[in-house]
Amino acid sequence: MCTTMKKRLDCNSLNPGAASAVSDEGLNDSNRCQTVGEPLLENPRISCREIDVFYGKKQAINSVSLDIGHNEVIAMIGPSGCGKSTFLRCINRMNDTIDSCRVSGSILLDGQDINRPDLDVVLLRARVGMVFQKPNPFPKSIRENVAYGPKIHGLARNKAELEEIVTTSLQRAGLWDEVKDRLDEPGTGLSGGQQQRLCIARTIAVSPEVILMDEPCSALDPIATAKIEDLITELRDKFTIIIVTHSMQQASRISQRTAYFHLGDLVEVSSTSQLFTNPKHKLTEDYITGRFG
Amino acid sequence: MNRIRYSRRTHKQIEYVVKCLLLACALVAVLTTVGIVLSVVFESLHFFAKIPLKDFLFGLKWSPQTAIRADQVGSSGAFGVVPVFTGTLMIALIAMLVSVPIGLMSAIFLAEYASSKVRTVVKPLLEILAGIPTVVYGFFAALTVAPMIRDLGNSLGLEVSSESALVAGLVMGVMIIPFISSITDDVINAVPQALREGSYGLGATRSETIRKVVLPAALPGIASGILLAVSRAVGETMIVVMAAGLSANLTANPLAAVTTVTVQIVTLLVGDQEFDSAKTLAAFALGLLLFIVTLLLNIIALQTVKKYREQYD
Amino acid sequence: MTKSMGSDSSTVIERVERGLSRRYRAEKRFRLIGVGAIILSLFFLVILFGDILIKGLPAFSQTQIKITIFFDPERLPLDKLESADFEALVKSGLRSMFPQVRGRRSKRALYKLVSSGAAYELRKRVLHNHDLIGKTKDLWLIADDELDLLLKGDIARVPGGRFNQQQLDWIEKLERDGNLRQRFNLNFFTSGDSRDPELAGVLGSLSGTVLTLMLTFLLSFPIGIGAAVYLEEFLKKGRFSDFLEVNINNLAAVPSIIFGLLGLGVFINFCGLPRSAPLVGGLVLTLMTLPTIIISSRAAIKAVPPSVREAALGLGASRMQTVFHHVIPLAMPGMLTGAIIGMARALGETAPLLMIGMVAFIVDIPKSFNAAATVLPVQIYLWADSPERAFQARTSAAIIILLFFLILMNASAVYLRRKFERRW
Ligand SMILES: Nc1ncnc2c1ncn2[C@@H]1O[C@H](COP(=O)(O)OP(=O)(O)O)[C@@H](O)[C@H]1O
Ligand SMILES: [Mg+2]
Repeated sequence: MCTTMKKRLDCNSLNPGAASAVSDEGLNDSNRCQTVGEPLLENPRISCREIDVFYGKKQAINSVSLDIGHNEVIAMIGPSGCGKSTFLRCINRMNDTIDSCRVSGSILLDGQDINRPDLDVVLLRARVGMVFQKPNPFPKSIRENVAYGPKIHGLARNKAELEEIVTTSLQRAGLWDEVKDRLDEPGTGLSGGQQQRLCIARTIAVSPEVILMDEPCSALDPIATAKIEDLITELRDKFTIIIVTHSMQQASRISQRTAYFHLGDLVEVSSTSQLFTNPKHKLTEDYITGRFG
Repeated sequence: MNRIRYSRRTHKQIEYVVKCLLLACALVAVLTTVGIVLSVVFESLHFFAKIPLKDFLFGLKWSPQTAIRADQVGSSGAFGVVPVFTGTLMIALIAMLVSVPIGLMSAIFLAEYASSKVRTVVKPLLEILAGIPTVVYGFFAALTVAPMIRDLGNSLGLEVSSESALVAGLVMGVMIIPFISSITDDVINAVPQALREGSYGLGATRSETIRKVVLPAALPGIASGILLAVSRAVGETMIVVMAAGLSANLTANPLAAVTTVTVQIVTLLVGDQEFDSAKTLAAFALGLLLFIVTLLLNIIALQTVKKYREQYD
Repeated sequence: MTKSMGSDSSTVIERVERGLSRRYRAEKRFRLIGVGAIILSLFFLVILFGDILIKGLPAFSQTQIKITIFFDPERLPLDKLESADFEALVKSGLRSMFPQVRGRRSKRALYKLVSSGAAYELRKRVLHNHDLIGKTKDLWLIADDELDLLLKGDIARVPGGRFNQQQLDWIEKLERDGNLRQRFNLNFFTSGDSRDPELAGVLGSLSGTVLTLMLTFLLSFPIGIGAAVYLEEFLKKGRFSDFLEVNINNLAAVPSIIFGLLGLGVFINFCGLPRSAPLVGGLVLTLMTLPTIIISSRAAIKAVPPSVREAALGLGASRMQTVFHHVIPLAMPGMLTGAIIGMARALGETAPLLMIGMVAFIVDIPKSFNAAATVLPVQIYLWADSPERAFQARTSAAIIILLFFLILMNASAVYLRRKFERRW
């Protein structure tokens, strides 16, 4: 499911049959699902209100409202195809790159609507970075990979500054010790876990405020996963992190709050411990007890 | 029972014969290569018996029609291939200068910017350009472009030969545009979308993503495409026969007339030929040279593209 | 995290913002270059087609002159009709139209208005119908190529160039009296090559093309399919298959002129086959198109799903039966499409045919594989080289015909592909 997004799609590759199938399954307003738990916060960093997302005629996200606080790690879980990635990609407007995708509703980042037509996506994406499911280092050297963002944005005024950004980013991503002797070797030559940390380093090199992570560990082995999880915990005090994960254990290990999505609806948002121990919604309970997923 | 066994056996025999026939079909390709090599090498050996290889490869003068010394037997003129070869390279270079930027940018625009509607209209149109026979391009070069360029040059006070390298190169470049653009299109479509997303996710603009991520990733594929295009330009015949000159000038001036390997092969072999004269045999030596050069280019290109494909599979 | 970086006190956002307008300008520039490249390519296409159409369309019409011909029985002795002086009939017809013309030079100038084809035309009519002898008839006869050009506006109506004042006056009179007309140039489709542009036609080269391509198709299609079937269905992966593959791929990229050298060296010099013949042309083009056909046929065979093979094998069919009864029929549309595209390439091919002598001046329409012939692209090459102005238009017209066939073939390939496109 998630890999469909990675492919390049245009309007005519959509399958109209599947579209009607989902909208028949109760995504229409009459029996819309009310989010239970505490989706809204006092002083949010990001506040999303009534987000609808359509791929062509097919609705993938149905009126989702959710606040995300400062320096929190929020996890998104749910069966595959329920719209977690789609929702995540709204927050830095990555859905703009898909022709058929339409987003409506308001998303405020520090009080500014990011869906405003005059908003600059380049600037937005510099503030909201993203790490993808499959590690996707550029076919360049490790140094060039990390320096890519700072270079295009003109963040460093000279070589030394750039070098410093590269070093600190790699250090923060916990990759420095492993690669400091081979910064000029291609990033694609690293192991999967290293590649993913390189991608994280590449993201934090731009000094974003929010980092979106779409199942960053799904392609990694348990040891690499543990390293990334440690890294996320460390990054928490500097960044707001929104992470999609298919692993409930992972969500419970690293996040403060967890949001459960189901077929495009945001079913429940609670503090992580509460959601896993005492789910309020039947669907959430079914999911975490493994009745489907 | 007996009959079944019998028919089984004939069946087997028939299958064997058919299989051999199929093998023979496949071997035609091998035989063709052997035929090319033999026919070209054989006659070339005769040629090199008359003209030393060194004189051929490094000689600076090419005039197969005129005798150098009256008492010379067998050989009829000078057979230094250098001016012919530089002429070929110059025209190929001009063709590349035209076709690579235009073909590359067309493909990039179609693949990364154009709507699918524009794509479905423009792509076949570009393919038409590829399907036009080279003799048509040659006619166009000789009767339309050449006078145009000559008049243009004259109005600028430049001396333009009516059979300039520039004209042949320009028109050949137009012919090669669709070739470059279709290879580029294939290659950049093979660059994983994940790389583009990674770049967009960092806040890169479209053109930054293309220039700094997509193109570098696609570079080996594009390079091999360009090599294949060079090999086509070097082997292209009709455009140069109709629009480039006959006299082998060792010059770097694109406005002057130059000749090419293929032009010389055609002029040496078309019309009355005396067999075993150095003149006729020289055509085969040129053919051998052309074959070797294009073969090398193709092998390198195909090897590169294979590696490239493996990288993203 | 709008924290400051380095020694500069500006925030990240400020730094990004500072560069934005420059980056968007670069973006716009890049996009414009892309649009420019597309427009330029399409512009070349339009210019090429426009140029050829503008030059070639006039050649599809031909100027005729109405002349009153007296089929003088004295000049047409029944026993020597074949060799009678038909030109004299045309000349006397012209003289009777312009009785005031005196002197040899003036007369010769007058005769030049009519093509030498007019006499052939009369001869044909008389041989066909002896009753004409002794009669007087108004006939529309073919005009000279230069008069044709003049009427089409390709030659300026000023004395001193191709025409002198006297001739221009005659032409004006002819026009006034309605004795000049433009008609569809049927002759262009029904005759072979000629030194006179107004008599030259494409039939000879077209039949040469048909003969050559027929042979090419008859040889390359079965051989191509056979080779593809062998490579895909019977050959085990290994050194030999790699070797074959490399061989075929490289062969596909060998310059076509080299195939001409092969034809000259092997078929003509070694095997002693006739020069200039469609036989050798067909053989050479077969070898040239074979790699293309093999490659596309293999793709078509690969596209047949393994389930079809497994089903047939499961029913007890032998490997050979499976291939011939199931795989090949299913792959046929794809293979045919590839073959048509290969044929289209062969149709436009010129260089290798020059090498094997299909470049001679041939008036007769070739009727066999051994006859001396030329093909349409070579005809184009020959005419493009001719000094007469009128051949320019004929060349373009021949190109239009060639392009017409090419488009027809490619369109049918696209149609085939659409029609038989299978979604397994
Ligand atoms: N590019 C796309 N085009 C059309 N539909 C898509 C695209 N990406 C995702 N979808 C559809 O949107 C729904 C949500 O997908 P996604 O957000 O990827 O789910 P998740 O990440 O939760 O597995 C799915 O039904 C999927 O088929
Ligand atoms: Mg997903």
